[in-house]
Amino acid sequence: MADTRVPTVIADDVHVVYKVHGAGKGRGSATAALSRIFSRGKAEKGVREVHAVRGVSFTAHKGEAIGLIGSNGSGKSTLLKAVAGLQPVAAGKVYSHGQPSLLGVNAALMNDLTGERNVILGGLAMGMTKQQIRERYQEIVDFSGINEKGDFISLPMRTYSSGMGARLRFSIAAAKDHDVLMIDEALATGDAAFQRRSQKRIEELRATAGTVFLVSHSLSTVRETCDRAIWLERGELRMDGPVGEVCDAYEAFTNA
Amino acid sequence: MTTTLTEPAAERLSPAELAAAHGLTVSGARPSLPEYVRQLWSRRHFVTAFATARMAATYSTAKLGQVWHLVTPLLNALVYYFIFGIIMKASHGVPDYVPFLITGVFVWDFIGSSVNAGTRAIHSNIGLVRALHFPRASLPISTVVQLFQQLMVTMAALAILLLTFGQLPTPSWLLAVPTLALMAVFAAGCAMVMARIGSKMPDVSQLMPFVLRTWMYSSGVMWSIDQMLANDAFPHWVSVALKMNPAAVYIDLMRFSLIDTFPAHALPPHVWAVAAGWALLAGVGGFIFFWKAEEAYGRG
Repeated sequence: MADTRVPTVIADDVHVVYKVHGAGKGRGSATAALSRIFSRGKAEKGVREVHAVRGVSFTAHKGEAIGLIGSNGSGKSTLLKAVAGLQPVAAGKVYSHGQPSLLGVNAALMNDLTGERNVILGGLAMGMTKQQIRERYQEIVDFSGINEKGDFISLPMRTYSSGMGARLRFSIAAAKDHDVLMIDEALATGDAAFQRRSQKRIEELRATAGTVFLVSHSLSTVRETCDRAIWLERGELRMDGPVGEVCDAYEAFTNA
Repeated sequence: MTTTLTEPAAERLSPAELAAAHGLTVSGARPSLPEYVRQLWSRRHFVTAFATARMAATYSTAKLGQVWHLVTPLLNALVYYFIFGIIMKASHGVPDYVPFLITGVFVWDFIGSSVNAGTRAIHSNIGLVRALHFPRASLPISTVVQLFQQLMVTMAALAILLLTFGQLPTPSWLLAVPTLALMAVFAAGCAMVMARIGSKMPDVSQLMPFVLRTWMYSSGVMWSIDQMLANDAFPHWVSVALKMNPAAVYIDLMRFSLIDTFPAHALPPHVWAVAAGWALLAGVGGFIFFWKAEEAYGRG
């Protein structure tokens, strides 16, 4: 069949390598650290390389929702970050349409600040304008359901329960529209009512975004939300195809 | 959906050619310098909001809260006064030693902290760098903005102290404004340089306290370079070289602006040109140096 689809993300033989300092032998003693410094010229001892993604290639198209599956530590999240251009690649190239964005603002939020200030800070961190944040502020707060049990939005985030915090974070992150959207395990938070709301919001985001990537350990979520799946194992692409086939093969693999 | 390619061509296209055919760009590539400046400008609200948020979060769990922003530098000045003013008698020959010392401590605090915090700006926000897209220069700049806000609070305290010590406001106090502006640009430049170095070699942040202490002691924070070297056998150029040191330039300019008895001859020659030169060199140079590695932050 002719490939008439419009590509939005092309990953071409992507490798990602993490350098981990202080993982080598002899850690802890000062002399070992000194000898590490002096032996720099040769192979860098004490630095271990973790080859998290090994030569993954795929092409994502407009209108697709792609699930990334694989066991823990198989490189799913790392691959997403590389596609988003947040984790520099060691080799290979990622081409994308517009700026792929990762659904996550957790790192920008501060526990010591009120929920209200965090909504503004998170929105600004994602690149929204002050005007956009003002327009969406009430929507975000209502969506998170933080104020259902009293005026919690004006309290510091450290006073929130873990569920409340997660709900607010997701609500802030989901407030922006994206070209290429990547979601990393965002669905697993909150109570049943909130999960229904977030499912719906993800559907909306899918409708407006060109392409959606979803990393999840819940195969049922992937089957429901995605039409295509990529299975990563030990950083290598094991299978890429229609969601049913890939999930079946993955299930057969994990149950074996 | 639109078909832009015929089948056989599409089969043979390499990923790079396919990307080019559909106008895809390399993800995470470094923008050009003017584009980078434009992006940074569009994120200015984030830069200030992030700074203000951290400023507000600093003492949020302390009972006295924001009062510490004022008390901490005052206690610092008190310690230095006790050691250098009373025990070591560095006050000898310096009129109005207390205002002299406190101005020095506050200004140095801003420059030193900017360099120190700049070193950690990328490294300590690595989670943010790996989660969201924004010009990374926002981080060191917002660090300096935060410290500048802190400096504004301490400058207000300084003004009150000066009034208590009988310094009446004079027109020369207005000179503090350009001094502050030049100092802020200089500090931001240094922070950006150190942010790039610190992101590549986190170990540098362990060395910074020593480097900064050496810098502080040679910048005449607690004593007058002019007084110390006037009587000794050092040639004149040593004194001038010490006074050309950017930290000393900004500290002495601030003293010259605020303290009546601070003599103009204690300043190095062409002091405003030197102050502007350092700001320009650090500001522009630091920005370009930082931008050069934009796509590499977050690696490792």
